[in-house]
Amino acid sequence: MTKKIKNLKEFSLSNDRYEGANLMCPGCSHNIIVREVLNATNDPVIVATATGCLEVCTAVYPKTSWDVSWIHIGFENAAVAIATAQAAYEVLKRKGRLPEATKKMIEEGREPKFVAFAGDGGTYDIGFQSLSGAFERGHNFMYVCLDNEVYANTGGQRSSSTPIGASTTTSPAGTVSYGEKMMKKSMVEIMSDHGAPYVAQVSPSKWKDLVKKVQKGFEVNGPVYINAQSACTTEWKHAPEDTIEVSDLGVESCVWPLYEIINERDEHGIIYNTKLNITYRPKNKIPVEEYLAAQPRFKHLFKPENRHIIELWQKAVDAKWEHLQRREEAGV
Amino acid sequence: MAKDIKDLGWNELIPGAALFSFTEPVEDVAEVPMDERPYAPTNSHEYSVGDWRVEKPVFNRDYCIDCQFCWVFCPDMSILSRDKKMIGVIYDHCKGCGICVEVCPTNPKSLLMFPEHMDNDEALSKWPSKEEKKK
Repeated sequence: MTKKIKNLKEFSLSNDRYEGANLMCPGCSHNIIVREVLNATNDPVIVATATGCLEVCTAVYPKTSWDVSWIHIGFENAAVAIATAQAAYEVLKRKGRLPEATKKMIEEGREPKFVAFAGDGGTYDIGFQSLSGAFERGHNFMYVCLDNEVYANTGGQRSSSTPIGASTTTSPAGTVSYGEKMMKKSMVEIMSDHGAPYVAQVSPSKWKDLVKKVQKGFEVNGPVYINAQSACTTEWKHAPEDTIEVSDLGVESCVWPLYEIINERDEHGIIYNTKLNITYRPKNKIPVEEYLAAQPRFKHLFKPENRHIIELWQKAVDAKWEHLQRREEAGV
Repeated sequence: MAKDIKDLGWNELIPGAALFSFTEPVEDVAEVPMDERPYAPTNSHEYSVGDWRVEKPVFNRDYCIDCQFCWVFCPDMSILSRDKKMIGVIYDHCKGCGICVEVCPTNPKSLLMFPEHMDNDEALSKWPSKEEKKK
């Protein structure tokens, strides 16, 4: 059953199922995203997390911050863990062996929702094979990638999500290097090409857009991928209170465009229609320079010898934005 | 062996011990308000991270318009909001990041950061007055 959320005041009536006094850094976006995702529904939620900041900080023995059913297995298998839980639920439901309370909820139209949270390390690199497998088999679950573009939990190593020019501990900027050499992997398109019925990119600062997309994802039957921008105060090196501002700058400069891809499939899984919707268009597209300037991980790019990387950034962002607009127009 | 769970070290627990969020089963958590939940001592809700702070946010009811921006963007579930009304800050869970102050839209802000040792009443007496719009 979709929860009716018209405005922020109505949204604030939600009872959080994720508890405070966990050990995430002050000002961490992960918490904001998890709250917004869990509060988007009143149905029971089963959560799996991959190893990462979220897992180590919310389950410090002997404490737990989760009021929902929660499972963690390994770094690489969050998608499989939640897909298996979902398969087990389907079997129990078919055999009529679910607890009475759950049966009652299903009658009311409140089916349990299955959500996996993983960082970009557990999604883009290490967890990719299990994620790809679970999407190929078409389990009915939602996978939320908390994309902070770095392995923040282990000390800030580069991942395949780290954008060009970022200084990390394994791609440090200095006299011989401008930092990370590779462009960011375009995960949303990769997951959409798996034939997933719903794929979207979100930012915590646009809460209504995020909640709407999550609710859409819950209604869809099949695997759903949500790519969430997660500003990291520790590794992006901005002040904790600027988290929302940095996220906003990313959206307004189109570095982090908000869009969704819907694959309409027939009963054999053949895709007969693909739609791309841009859900937020900035009124004034600000230059990428402002987004980069807000994060000290890019501060070396403003030296005269590294200026060409900023130009490259602007070019890449403009090309991506242009490409998205053309796809939306053409309806492919 | 009647030690409180909070005093136990991780090495004193039996491996495989089940640790629960609640002392009794709660069938529909989303429908139970936070104040009425039977939290177990192993739920992080029962702990405090208040000592992480250097500065604390102080809430001023006089200027608040209940927009709930602070509630939705608080990363630590520390904004106490009931029946669409903002009530205050849960100081046991607040880590002092300052996001709530940053997103507050009123003029002057209804949430401001003050030094941790300052009394809340003293902070309220030092509240700035309305800023004039620059022409």
